[in-house]
Amino acid sequence: MSAAITTNAIDEVFARLKESGETALIPFMTMGDPDLETSVALVQAAEAAGAHMIELGIPYSDPLADGPVIQRASERALKNRISLTDCIGVASKAREKGVRMPFIIFTYFNPALQLGLERFFGLLQENGFSGAIIPDLPMEEDAETKEIADRHGIHLIPLVAPTSEARVERIASRASGFVYCVSSLGVTGERSSFHEGIGAFLATVRKAASVPICVGFGISSREQAESLAGQCDGVIVGSAIVRKVEESLPLLIADDADRKAEGIAAVRDFIAALKPQRVG
Amino acid sequence: MMQVPDQHGRFGPFGGKYVPETLMNALIELEDAYNRYKDDPDFLAEVRYLLKQYSGRPTPLYYAERLSRHVGGPKIYLKREDLNHTGAHKINNTIGQAVLAKRMGKKKVIAETGAGQHGVASATVAALMGLECKVFMGEEDTKRQQLNVFRMKLLGAEVIPVMSGTRTLKDACNETLRYWVSNVNDTYYILGSATGPHPYPMMVRDFQRVIGLETRDQILEAEGRLPDAIIAAVGGGSNAIGMFHPFVGDAGVKLIGVEAAGRGVDTEEHAATMTKGRPGVFQGSMSYVLQDEGGQVLPAHSISAGLDYPGIGPEHSYLKDIKRAEYVPITDAEALEALKLLSRTEGIIPALESAHAVAQALKTGRSMKQDEILVINLSGRGDKDVESILKYEAEAEGGHQQ
Ligand SMILES: Cc1ncc(COP(=O)(O)O)c(C=O)c1O
Repeated sequence: MSAAITTNAIDEVFARLKESGETALIPFMTMGDPDLETSVALVQAAEAAGAHMIELGIPYSDPLADGPVIQRASERALKNRISLTDCIGVASKAREKGVRMPFIIFTYFNPALQLGLERFFGLLQENGFSGAIIPDLPMEEDAETKEIADRHGIHLIPLVAPTSEARVERIASRASGFVYCVSSLGVTGERSSFHEGIGAFLATVRKAASVPICVGFGISSREQAESLAGQCDGVIVGSAIVRKVEESLPLLIADDADRKAEGIAAVRDFIAALKPQRVG
Repeated sequence: MMQVPDQHGRFGPFGGKYVPETLMNALIELEDAYNRYKDDPDFLAEVRYLLKQYSGRPTPLYYAERLSRHVGGPKIYLKREDLNHTGAHKINNTIGQAVLAKRMGKKKVIAETGAGQHGVASATVAALMGLECKVFMGEEDTKRQQLNVFRMKLLGAEVIPVMSGTRTLKDACNETLRYWVSNVNDTYYILGSATGPHPYPMMVRDFQRVIGLETRDQILEAEGRLPDAIIAAVGGGSNAIGMFHPFVGDAGVKLIGVEAAGRGVDTEEHAATMTKGRPGVFQGSMSYVLQDEGGQVLPAHSISAGLDYPGIGPEHSYLKDIKRAEYVPITDAEALEALKLLSRTEGIIPALESAHAVAQALKTGRSMKQDEILVINLSGRGDKDVESILKYEAEAEGGHQQ
């Protein structure tokens, strides 16, 4: 089974974007906020808005890399006792509805560990995932996880931070999928400015990486996305979208189908407006 | 026995460094600094001087004759950590870490706190060394421990109430880590228990070992032999590991950690991590954790804010699994009874945390012989808890009347 995996959908998307000179737009959404069915619709909306791939966030009780916006989304989802396997199910339902972009799971380590790493990556593979991001699993601890992920054809996407310094080389050189560059010190959340050395930082990562590099943490506008577009292969937008979902909650949870559709369209339009225009 | 932790910060399968990448270099820097100073004579002399002249060490090992007679079993000794400056063992660790922070050139420190004891101990050493100090405390705990909040403010620290999650110690820890991620370049994190990512569990243990080392000398002097059993309360596990560690190699000394059973281990309101938890990754290390089937961490409950934590240090998990120490639960009600008993028999009001150890000593002592020796680590004094006790009693009273 494992030997049959030769291509990964993430690699294919980046190859295509390279040809067209575009920067990937990668939204993040917390699954189960406000409920699983709405999550499926929001994933569809993201693709309709022009997203190239998507991070599906697993709600967690102790999201220590996340700022208040994503913490609140986690709390809302956990009120409905949403599990990791429920969230994985969102991906397969979205596929059934015709979504084609690659799926990347974003989860803290413990839920995956408790499910069992073999089972976790097995389920990701069966449900059409291409990548996994585990923010509290640094390279010192990821040997077993990476081996299992590789075997299931899932890219374990590493994070590098402005504080990584000498670690950048080691992290980037063994990365698969892409390297997730954290734009600034701190947790997830919108920011008006990035780490001052961001240009030099991205250049360092670029030099060390043999895979694409994407920037996330704090991007909340098209202007910001465009300012980074020339220096990276993709931008990840999380809190700003999750906040838009939060603002649209009264519509999203409405029984009335029209109102609900209005809420989903609001999130879709917001994502579409983030998309960096082609540079050069 | 194997030397733990290994170079990766592992105690058997437990421990490690499970933190966001942003913090990795800060932990490596901390580990390097600690390794550089831990055997440095000047560093050790400064720590030792402060422990003695500032905190009042060595603390006495007191023979509790009336309590012993009441139990009718072994000779019971109390290691009087309650007599430390600021009223608990927490200062042993904050002195060590603050001296380290200063050597590392850090001018700002942050800390998490549950009961407020570690927050007070951090604010105290920050004042002593001229460091700027922020303490993160669950909003729920700021209400339960108003006196300590006020103390920290008097000491010049800023107390930041944490409104996320359960609004207790667990979320105060998350918030402190989040703040550290954002300010890692100039801020030192004084972690308060033998928990979190490597090197904290090792470093906090080393700074708390003074408890066990003194106890060893003191009991040899008083009795000419080692104790048969040692009992300590376990929240994250710092007072217990500090007491246990120098005795781990002595097979004849039973080591008993006491965790909070709250309203009972068969209810949902307890903090009995070892009894009801299973291994997982939480707040930076692999250890036993109270969690649901899906790996979501469960809220804990205890009458004592210092034990109200769903995790435990990795070295305790290791000692449990290799069966070198055992971990037992004590309920809110049992702890409160023990607090009153110690107050009346010995004139010592223990902290609610420490009262859990006293309650277990009553049980363990019953099956011990009169020529045996039992040591209780009295980790702190009870002044801070008077208000919670009043409230608990009022609620229990109300409950009876319904
Ligand atoms: C007096 C006292 N004992 C025990 C504890 C529990 O912590 P640990 O298990 O780290 O000793 C606390 C924590 O606040 C405390 O204040």
